[in-house]
Amino acid sequence: MMDDKHIDEVTGVSTTGHEWDGIRELNNPMPRWWVLTFYACIIWALIYSIAYPAWPMLTTTTKGWLGYSSRVDVRTELANAELLKADYRQAIADKPLADIVADENLRTFAISAGGAAFKVNCIQCHGTGAQGSAGYPNLNDDDWLWGGKLDDIHTTLNHGVRYASDADTRVSEMPKFGDILKPEEINHVATFVANLTTPQTDAAAVTAGTEIYAQNCAACHGDDAKGNKELGSPNLGDAVWLYGSSVEQIAAQIRAPKQGAMPAWGARLGDVAIKELTVFVHSLGGGE
Amino acid sequence: MNIQDKVLHNNEIDRVEVEAVNSAQMRQPLYAARKKIFPKRATGTFRRFKWLVMFVTLAIYYLTPWIRWDRGPFAPDQAVLLDIANRRFYFFMIEIWPQEFYYIAGLLVMAGFGLFLVTSVVGRAWCGYTCPQTVWVDLFLVVERAIEGDRNARMKLDSASWSVNKLVKRVSKHAIWLLIGVLTGGAWIFYFADAPTLFDSFVHGDAPEIAYITVAILTITTYVFGGLMREQVCTYMCPWPRIQAAMLDENSLTVTYNDWRGEPRTHGSKKALAAGVVGGDCVDCNACVVVCPMGIDIRQGQQLECITCALCIDACDGVMDKIGKERGLISYATLADYQSNMALATVNNTQAINPKLVHGTDGKLSSAIEHFHIKKMFRPRVLIYTGAFAAVGIGLLVTLLSRDRLELNVLKDRNPQFVKLSDGSIRNGYTIKILNMVPVKREMELSLDGLNDATMVVEPSDQPEGRTLKFSVEPDQASPFKVFVRLPPQVKGSDDELEKFSFVLKDHTLGESDVYNANFDGVERE
Repeated sequence: MMDDKHIDEVTGVSTTGHEWDGIRELNNPMPRWWVLTFYACIIWALIYSIAYPAWPMLTTTTKGWLGYSSRVDVRTELANAELLKADYRQAIADKPLADIVADENLRTFAISAGGAAFKVNCIQCHGTGAQGSAGYPNLNDDDWLWGGKLDDIHTTLNHGVRYASDADTRVSEMPKFGDILKPEEINHVATFVANLTTPQTDAAAVTAGTEIYAQNCAACHGDDAKGNKELGSPNLGDAVWLYGSSVEQIAAQIRAPKQGAMPAWGARLGDVAIKELTVFVHSLGGGE
Repeated sequence: MNIQDKVLHNNEIDRVEVEAVNSAQMRQPLYAARKKIFPKRATGTFRRFKWLVMFVTLAIYYLTPWIRWDRGPFAPDQAVLLDIANRRFYFFMIEIWPQEFYYIAGLLVMAGFGLFLVTSVVGRAWCGYTCPQTVWVDLFLVVERAIEGDRNARMKLDSASWSVNKLVKRVSKHAIWLLIGVLTGGAWIFYFADAPTLFDSFVHGDAPEIAYITVAILTITTYVFGGLMREQVCTYMCPWPRIQAAMLDENSLTVTYNDWRGEPRTHGSKKALAAGVVGGDCVDCNACVVVCPMGIDIRQGQQLECITCALCIDACDGVMDKIGKERGLISYATLADYQSNMALATVNNTQAINPKLVHGTDGKLSSAIEHFHIKKMFRPRVLIYTGAFAAVGIGLLVTLLSRDRLELNVLKDRNPQFVKLSDGSIRNGYTIKILNMVPVKREMELSLDGLNDATMVVEPSDQPEGRTLKFSVEPDQASPFKVFVRLPPQVKGSDDELEKFSFVLKDHTLGESDVYNANFDGVERE
């Protein structure tokens, strides 16, 4: 670059003195509209930085004459959103579950709100699709340990299962039959139970198991092995298994039963959220 | 600088001594300030046609939103409505949903071919007659003339020092321009909401903020483009003219000064003619220059500023009538015709233009002159554009007339993909969306095709589980339903039979139907 100002011959305009390989830059003025826009931008920037939070200080920033804050905006918007929900929340608090489900709008709101609460509180055990996993019940199916009616689900959610600090929690305990029965007796009864849904080849074991079942298991699981929702004893004759359906898995569960627990959510989430969760879980396809 | 045009009278023609503002020979440098143009009022065929076009286009623009069209109680009764909030476009009997927006794309393709077609036949006709910029500048000029007078009075006023008279005229002119701007912006917003309702809330000050912002922006753009910037918009801002210039060929009609009959220019002086001076038809009266809204002299040939508004043709024809010459010294002509006539006047470009070669002994134009004939329009380029334009148009029309106003969309549950029930059967969940695109409530029937042992149930409902479900679908809405399909255990069949099936939707009200092919997951096999 050279400092070589001169008048360009073709245009008659002076050059800036900048030259690149013989190409010189003409010193044309900026168009007036451009210059005016530029000045307007400067004035705008000054006014803006006075009116709005702009200049960084040591620990904070200038607040601006208008006192604007985007956090206040967010807080206001959230408060307004809560206000919009208030009527629905009140209705859910006031009405019994059956009425909530019967009201199309209220049901839609409850499912939506319950779904949101589910994603925060429940998916850790029951999974994002409420599909459960070994030891954690699938909430989409029609098999319920403690009942699938609205009120049953509500009670389970409110007080939990085997949750010591809630006096009304749902409690049942299957004895450790490993201490009571001999290993082959456990195998026989496990074969019998497995045979209820999947035909087993060991007919002698099934026959032996029938007797053992009647003496030890029928009290809770019923003579027909259909279980009892009052006691939380599972139906042994259906296709849904919490801890697996093979003879070995059933035998393990008889020998030393795993017993899941669920917290009582009522105290934590409050009545409205529990009702919303109830309607949501009930809507998943297995509600009775 | 002349305050007014110097007018010379001879042969009863007003001859104006003036140089075109945007003369091609003295094109201004890039940074020069704009010179004002004071177009004189023109009269004649093309001016009348332009008044008509202006009246029709403005009437269409301002009145369309107020046309009513009864669509029953479940849809708006405005004939043309772009309902962005509810994602509907209404155009008389046609209702377009967002997923049918390809109709708009089709219309844009048609507009493209239409532009090619029109441009290849009549050049920049869009610019000269129908472009909103042209129409609104014309409208603004009407106001200017009514208040400040015609060309000479306006030039005088412009150079006069400020007085009460000038102030009153200028303020009232700009006030009316701004009012037109407000009305222009005001009309625009009515295309997006129910016009009478919006008008009422607009004047009472409780219309949505965006309505006022839109009106304000359009007021400013209309005022600035139509009143202040005028021809600069066409020359410097608009890409359209450059695109159109690429579509012209030697057979396109453009506004042409026929110098083969006009040159050499005389002042029409009888004395000179009597002395034997050989003169062309142009009497150099500059009538064509003073009427030009773009400030050019058409006699300098085709120029990028020319919007082919044809007002110079009107001006020149008036003069030709007065001096008893044939019309068409400035005319719509093709380059091919022009060149052929030019060759005639110059003996194949070997000598200067000799008017005698194109005029008969009686002073009339020679019969050897080429004139435009309608047959010259039918050339391959025009026919191809016409064909493409018509093909897209017919395609749109056929699909529009045969389109279904019913659509079935199915979204399969993916989490969980399937659920095993206590009796061992497998259940899949689907969200069914029924799009009822007419403003009438319809009774429909959804059934399963394939997956022979399966049944389904809709939640929540008291309909029994079965292979057919009934739905009442609300008018002009997409209604979602949750459907569970259940397949009992130990069903035998091929993979296709157990995994693929269809939802069939039948509408009993209007007799339409739709099918959605779906998948079924989770079937266990030995």
